[in-house]
Amino acid sequence: MKQLNAILEGVGSVVQLLVRSLTYAGTLPRQWPRFIEQCYMIGYTTLPIVAILSFFIGTVLALEAGYAMEGFGAKEFIGSLVGLSMARELGPMMTSVLLAGRVGSAIAAELASMKVYQEIDALTTMNIPAAKILVLPRLAAVLVMMPVLIVIANIVGWFGGSVVARYVSTVGISPESYFAALRHYTKFKDVMNGMEKAEVFGFVVVLVCCDIGLNTKGGPREIGAAVTRAVVVSLILILVLDYFVTKILM
Amino acid sequence: MDSPCSKTRNPFTGAEANAVGVTVDHVSKSFSGVPVLNDITFDVHPGEIFVLMGPSGSGKSVLLRDIVGLEIPTKGTIRIDGQDPSLAETRDRVRVALVFQDGALFNSLSVYDNLALYPREHRSGDEKAIREKVMHALKILSVQDAAAKFPSELSGGMKKRVSIARALVMEPQLLLYDEPTSELDPVMSATISEIIATLKNEYSVTSIVVTHDRSLAKAISNRVGIIMDGTLITLGTAQELFATKDPRLTDFLFPKIDLQNPRFKNLETKAST
Repeated sequence: MKQLNAILEGVGSVVQLLVRSLTYAGTLPRQWPRFIEQCYMIGYTTLPIVAILSFFIGTVLALEAGYAMEGFGAKEFIGSLVGLSMARELGPMMTSVLLAGRVGSAIAAELASMKVYQEIDALTTMNIPAAKILVLPRLAAVLVMMPVLIVIANIVGWFGGSVVARYVSTVGISPESYFAALRHYTKFKDVMNGMEKAEVFGFVVVLVCCDIGLNTKGGPREIGAAVTRAVVVSLILILVLDYFVTKILM
Repeated sequence: MDSPCSKTRNPFTGAEANAVGVTVDHVSKSFSGVPVLNDITFDVHPGEIFVLMGPSGSGKSVLLRDIVGLEIPTKGTIRIDGQDPSLAETRDRVRVALVFQDGALFNSLSVYDNLALYPREHRSGDEKAIREKVMHALKILSVQDAAAKFPSELSGGMKKRVSIARALVMEPQLLLYDEPTSELDPVMSATISEIIATLKNEYSVTSIVVTHDRSLAKAISNRVGIIMDGTLITLGTAQELFATKDPRLTDFLFPKIDLQNPRFKNLETKAST
């Protein structure tokens, strides 16, 4: 019962934060520098790790697919498997997991530290809402940067698969066959579905991490606890939401 | 007590605004059932300097947070100029600034940006006017050389001065200080006392000062309230309080240092066993 109460309180707090942030949406043009700074944090600094991870996800997919499809004589369809898997599922899912681990933890740590060291209280006394200057620019930035990250993740993942397809002897198909299958079976709608998923995951991760950071109570020790809680809750939400969003988008 | 003033004057623009008073009416506060403040009642008149003193842990800072609206009293009411301080509308109408004990500066912003945040967010003037205002406030507190530095590069005393400068830039009608002279050297403590007194005398800014510093209380206060164990035990002018014979007050106001205190005689023996 106590845990159910905590979950409901958490949901209520996140929804309140979202509503409060959205009421300041009109101030976003004046917050351009903060928005750009958050785009840099969420997009640019996450890009290298997203690219590396996506490349190796593509390679592993191609390798496993080559092993499994060899028995059916269907190796020329490896491109379609890698293409669809990256676009519809692994691209958005793994990018969101990385976002939770890298950006979500940083957001929770920064806001929790601001709360613990009374910076949020100082903002309140100055009548500057934290939802306006700390949450809104981050929410806007994640909405803009997630599609960019997903497109790059997909392209790098597809390329990783083609490298394995070409150079690993157990797979051994030409890049032309690989990309022909990929193009034939991976539609624009599949890529868009993946982007929509990523938008939902990214938005929820940033919102939840902001809420957990802003609701931190106690001393410096609680900053670490808030970061752990933010990452764990984000990962659980990504996995749970994945099913429902996939179902809705089908 | 000085007569209440009806207007405050902005130190930067000279513009006048209504001086505000504070009413604390039977306020109690508890955290998880543990009482921290018990039935506290007093008024702070417009343009007055009201000093709150008391031993550590007596609830002074909690009362200050209640007054500024960061905490809600468990019982009783607090009003600033007749308005509930926890409402954003009140903060829109009455400019209230709090100087935090640890400064509470924004660590990700430079000193200059810390001070410029309020006028920028509330669109009070163009960037040139904001710059003049910020540099003027930094100069008053003798920290103009620190404008480009970040809070992590400042000493405790400098953080305190920047925090007071940030409060000044808000052009407050009500200014609350939580231990404004802690961590400051005697010269800077005297400067802070002069600033608080000047804001009252020249500009009629209502001030509530929480402090342990008896000389500060004597120098600047119109009235002093003493809180012990969450209860306001006395209220009066500094002269009245410092002339008191009440043993509860004399123990706090004039603590005796007993160099032969038997409690500390056997420290070495106890440590070794």
